[in-house]
Amino acid sequence: MDTRHHILLLDDDPDLLDMYREILAQLPSRPEIRTASSGSRAMALLESEPFRLLICDLKMPKMDGLQVLSIVRRKYPQLRTVVLTSVMDEQFRSRVYALGVDMFWQKPGSEPEIKMFLECLESLLGREADSGFRGLQSKSLMDIIQLECISQSSSVLRITNGPLTAKIWIQNGDVIDSEAGDLRGESAFQKILSWKTGNFETLPAEPSRPRAISKSYNALLLESAQALDESLDVATAGSQAKSAALPLAQLSQVEGVEFVLAIKPGQPSHHEACGLENPQPMADWAQQSLQRFDALGDRLHAGALEQIEGLGPQRHVALTRHGDTEFCVGWKHSLGVDQIRELMKKVIALWAS
Amino acid sequence: MGLLTLFAKPAPTLLRLPTGSFTVDRQGCVLVGTLPSIFPAQLVRDIGQQVLTAFREAESAQLPLAELIINYPSLKITARELRGGAIVFLSPRTPYGPASQP
Repeated sequence: MDTRHHILLLDDDPDLLDMYREILAQLPSRPEIRTASSGSRAMALLESEPFRLLICDLKMPKMDGLQVLSIVRRKYPQLRTVVLTSVMDEQFRSRVYALGVDMFWQKPGSEPEIKMFLECLESLLGREADSGFRGLQSKSLMDIIQLECISQSSSVLRITNGPLTAKIWIQNGDVIDSEAGDLRGESAFQKILSWKTGNFETLPAEPSRPRAISKSYNALLLESAQALDESLDVATAGSQAKSAALPLAQLSQVEGVEFVLAIKPGQPSHHEACGLENPQPMADWAQQSLQRFDALGDRLHAGALEQIEGLGPQRHVALTRHGDTEFCVGWKHSLGVDQIRELMKKVIALWAS
Repeated sequence: MGLLTLFAKPAPTLLRLPTGSFTVDRQGCVLVGTLPSIFPAQLVRDIGQQVLTAFREAESAQLPLAELIINYPSLKITARELRGGAIVFLSPRTPYGPASQP
């Protein structure tokens, strides 16, 4: 069985295709290389056989590279994509990356450039195929705390989750205190462990920090794991409306929020609202607007829609998505657009946590 | 030489996202604009039509809006309501500079 990676090269210039085929043949992984001289031919090849990587030119007649890539990114999200072009324009570079392309390369013109290009391609082809240990980023927060405690370390873990920041103080392998927003001690520790994503950094120890947690780290981690399991059980046991209403109520506590509407697309009239008496018309408008401007973004090749802000004489509103949920958040009229943008990040981070 | 030029294959071009503005009336007809003529008129009409529909539907949902800002990674569209029509600003974004304020 042929286990080599398959690469598809797309360029309207047949001479360049031949040249790139020769260059790519030098890759250490000896990939199988196919070529296409038009977007439609490339689409047909992608349909007929599995490829690992598409290398695409931008300037092409009939169907340009941006058009090809916007289709490919939707249809084959696992396919790695590289743009190889002579167009050096910041706008196009930005639009290419907005489409989710892995690399944007100027056509290499010298031996060192070709070498660097091949090294990057080899690294891209190898990603996710390698087995073995990955970096610390794949560890959970529980693992990191355990590592610190088992090694009897003294440090301060600073954890950030969007705009939310928290700290855990560890002294000689014991968790002595934690802080998350207004919470302190054990309640803060449990809150931090309920966050699903985030970043952490290790700060120097603070030996003078007074002890606010007396339990062992094992007991703390066990309690937090139990609390997480219980909350998961509650969520899966049904009463979806009840469990969804609770985070929405939390979101509405964010400064300046007038109402929050969370919509699950694809499920007819499935939405949860807080602060709205009749959410249906607003949910319809939010869904239609997101769809409408999604489609417009596709036609303009401007990348995936990020957020819509609407400013009104009575209240402002912002529409965005997180995962499979669409959000429509009403804001006080006194807020400016920049404030709304910052606060929207906070709302989404709270939802995600 | 002229004969050769006549049969030469036209070089393919890429459509740049333009910087500029245009106004549309309540029917969605483009009245005036500062967008380059190379930018397709159909796309301009399309943008105008979508923002007008969004304004109208927002009003029907009891949410009158005076301004809409649509953010894409490489483009910002700002539309201001003008007595049923709209003035629309297009500002492309690049990694090294945020979209300019209209």
